[in-house]
Amino acid sequence: MQSLQEAQKLSGHTERVWCVSWNPSGTLLASCSSDKTIRIWGKEGENWVCKSVLTDAHTRTVRSVSWSPCGQYLAAASFDATTSVWSRKGGEFECLATLEGHENEVKSSSWACTGSLLATCSRDKSVWIWEVTADEEFECASVMSTHTQDVKRVKWHPTKELLASCGYDDTVRLYREESDDWECCNTLKGHSSTVWALDFNQTGNRLATCSADCSLKIWQEYEPGNAEGVNTTDNISVWKCVCTVSGFHERPIYDVSWSTLEDLLVTAGGDDSLCVYREVLTADAKNSPKFEMVARVRGAHAEDINSVVWSPSEKGLLASASDDGDVKLWKLLQEA
Amino acid sequence: MVSLDNANPVVFLRRKERHVLPEEEDDDVTDKFDSREVFDLIRVINDPEHPLTLEELNVVEESNVKVDDDANAVYILFTPTIPHCSMATLIGLSIRVKLLRALPSRFKVDVKISPGTHDSEHAVNKQLADKERVAAALENSHLLEVVNQCLVRRATG
Repeated sequence: MQSLQEAQKLSGHTERVWCVSWNPSGTLLASCSSDKTIRIWGKEGENWVCKSVLTDAHTRTVRSVSWSPCGQYLAAASFDATTSVWSRKGGEFECLATLEGHENEVKSSSWACTGSLLATCSRDKSVWIWEVTADEEFECASVMSTHTQDVKRVKWHPTKELLASCGYDDTVRLYREESDDWECCNTLKGHSSTVWALDFNQTGNRLATCSADCSLKIWQEYEPGNAEGVNTTDNISVWKCVCTVSGFHERPIYDVSWSTLEDLLVTAGGDDSLCVYREVLTADAKNSPKFEMVARVRGAHAEDINSVVWSPSEKGLLASASDDGDVKLWKLLQEA
Repeated sequence: MVSLDNANPVVFLRRKERHVLPEEEDDDVTDKFDSREVFDLIRVINDPEHPLTLEELNVVEESNVKVDDDANAVYILFTPTIPHCSMATLIGLSIRVKLLRALPSRFKVDVKISPGTHDSEHAVNKQLADKERVAAALENSHLLEVVNQCLVRRATG
């Protein structure tokens, strides 16, 4: 058994914190809040401190923040229907662009691995893909309206230009570019309520999704011509749910993060708790994997936890954000 | 004049005010939240259509309020006066906002339609349970104004 120890509490936001995000090198942490601001936290000596507060870009809640793969840009999605893109130059952040187009609340944004595409999604049921031009401009490349409801989250595959989204219609959708246009190539059904978040594993052949149905699901990719004989059509991979983890959260699970350094997952939910899981060795690990809970903190925050994410650079370090207005850092420790 | 969903609702008697016991006024005694206390918070909410409270329309009842103070849980069922009431989401939102403002933040509040009493029960319940949509709705000044109208305490006759 292991334990999650609170390492530091980062206070500063004056209202609920919706999202935390590490820059790719793990040296900076961005957080955003209903207080309409973005805070950038960095380490000074042993402690994490607030380095900057980005204000005045949004007139309503800033729902989520995401870093570009190069760490130079930060995108912030807001309930004011816009997404702001910030450029980090010489340690200072400057608002480079405000992306308009969604009809109402933008919920999430994500940068593709190449850094040349940015995806956004909204309550207007659409997912937009923006191309980043050489002179730092953003052009809408595609609008996909496959979801039938509010889209909660978008996330790119770690190595391919494959996009995943999930939302209020209880589904997960995957998109790829096909003869110059983007199209939905998979719809994953299985959750019985809103799918709040998703994350790929490090190699990108698995997807973890979490839902208001209080469960976590693991989806496995089966490529065309797979050894298992799972049928594929049109040379497109099939994604099948190979594991459902439930019974650990009592209220909706709002976020899931798959570590890129170890095979560990963490979830956070409306029951104020954090849960860490590890895959157990089984005879048929690909097709019927099992996950065990290795650590849990009840009352990790005083209120709902909206976001949780592993550090990309330090094993066992993670950050969480809550309705209680705090961001917290946690360390996964081995218990003797 | 906009036509009302339910032009002639049945009106019910209000409950008597709760007797305040001496120990409840003693600040040294910790008393837990109970269903009557939470009911008292929501029974005075105004119906969006009629000059009546949710209690007078039997939309809320004390027996449909469950409170577990130790578990920080509040569970409320409300009953729209008619199965196709278009105000159901607004009523649920008003109950949610009232409790958001009145109860300590440690409480997890669930507000749902009494099973079988509304045509869009599942859709309304899902919307009321979605914290993100509730948060976004409350940033909409027009909607917030409508909710606040439901929460203004009217003079009772």
